[in-house]
Amino acid sequence: MIPHTHDEQPIEKAQGGQPARNREALIRQAELVISYVLRIGVLLSALIILVGVVSFYHSYFTASGHAVNTAAFPHTLGGVGAGLAHGDSLAIIMFGLLVLLMTPVARVVVSIVAFALERDWRYVVITSIVLCILIISFVLGRGGA
Amino acid sequence: MPTAPHLLFFILVFAASLFAGLVGALVGLGGGVFVVPLLTLAFGLPIHEAIGASIVSVIATSSGAAAAYVRDRLTNLRVGMFLEIATTLGALTGAFLAVIAPTGALFLVFGAVLIISAVPLAIRIGEELPRGVKSDRLARTLGLAGSYPDQHLGEEVAYEVTHVPAGFSMMYVAGLISGLLGIGSGSFKVLAMDSAMRLPMKVSTTTSNFMIGVTAAASAGIYFERGDINPLIAAPVALGVLAGATIGARTLARLSNTTIRKLFIPLLVLIAAEMLFRGGSVIFH
Repeated sequence: MIPHTHDEQPIEKAQGGQPARNREALIRQAELVISYVLRIGVLLSALIILVGVVSFYHSYFTASGHAVNTAAFPHTLGGVGAGLAHGDSLAIIMFGLLVLLMTPVARVVVSIVAFALERDWRYVVITSIVLCILIISFVLGRGGA
Repeated sequence: MPTAPHLLFFILVFAASLFAGLVGALVGLGGGVFVVPLLTLAFGLPIHEAIGASIVSVIATSSGAAAAYVRDRLTNLRVGMFLEIATTLGALTGAFLAVIAPTGALFLVFGAVLIISAVPLAIRIGEELPRGVKSDRLARTLGLAGSYPDQHLGEEVAYEVTHVPAGFSMMYVAGLISGLLGIGSGSFKVLAMDSAMRLPMKVSTTTSNFMIGVTAAASAGIYFERGDINPLIAAPVALGVLAGATIGARTLARLSNTTIRKLFIPLLVLIAAEMLFRGGSVIFH
């Protein structure tokens, strides 16, 4: 998605080849940062979920295990936090899932920073609008559900 | 069939999710088309828990594959972010209307639309790259045109973007459907970018892949708080889909656009059939 010399970038044209190349390098760097953030988020969530799963099946297969209550799992931020404090394996899984569910939001936030580094203000605005709509949907979702 | 705490359930759901993530990553879908019928029809789980797991599947497919697609410069981040305004707004509207919407009829309409959309795709089945596309005014203003390195063709492919207003409107509808019916609607996003905006197939599917995660995140909080995301069901789905999407993302670059189109069309028909089935079962119950 590297824009070469399209009509919509008169500044880049006027400045000639060297700044354009710097700009391409910046865009490349921004892409690598977004890719890196995604990778970290995904690996982190997979690791946490895996720890929770192993911990769950460990207690499930040991003598005490059949007392595990699988119907009750935390599904609020407070509940997950409280469960984590007790080392509850279902809360660990839920925490890992939350990290996973947050990766797209992290992607949008990082994109805003990346477009700002490229000095592409149109896309800083566009991406900020997306983030605002996401935040509104979270707030309304909590209130309405 | 074994149910939730059983290890066999975990293994079976993990394996099926691996497949869903692999295929989903290739064609820009979230894997809900496989996950929902698997959990409801094969394992007899309630639909709300299947939809909760499918939201997890959509985000896992998206984030699992997007890292590779963005790094390999297949995703058009500008097109994705601009259209994301339409899909998130649509999802927000849909979530509001969901209470009063006639779900059964909507599934039937959406299924019918997808079946009809398969026709222009089938006509262009052998098309490797779109030809004669000229960027429209909005595409020029927003700098949407781009290029991607095509490993299969062994060259850098430059492309233009057209019919942006039409694509934007289709994305709003895609978001609306997501919010109303609790589905990812990646199929409709690929259609908007391929058929209306005329992006190369690989760019369409990888950009759809990037977008579906953000759209799904808009409604994920609601499902989470409602308790629809059951950890013992969502965990094998998340781990399986992440593994599958990682493999899929490594495969896509080497495939031709034609191959991906050939993979996408039968899936589109499958999704349409599933929507018609779900619509029918809502109406006749």
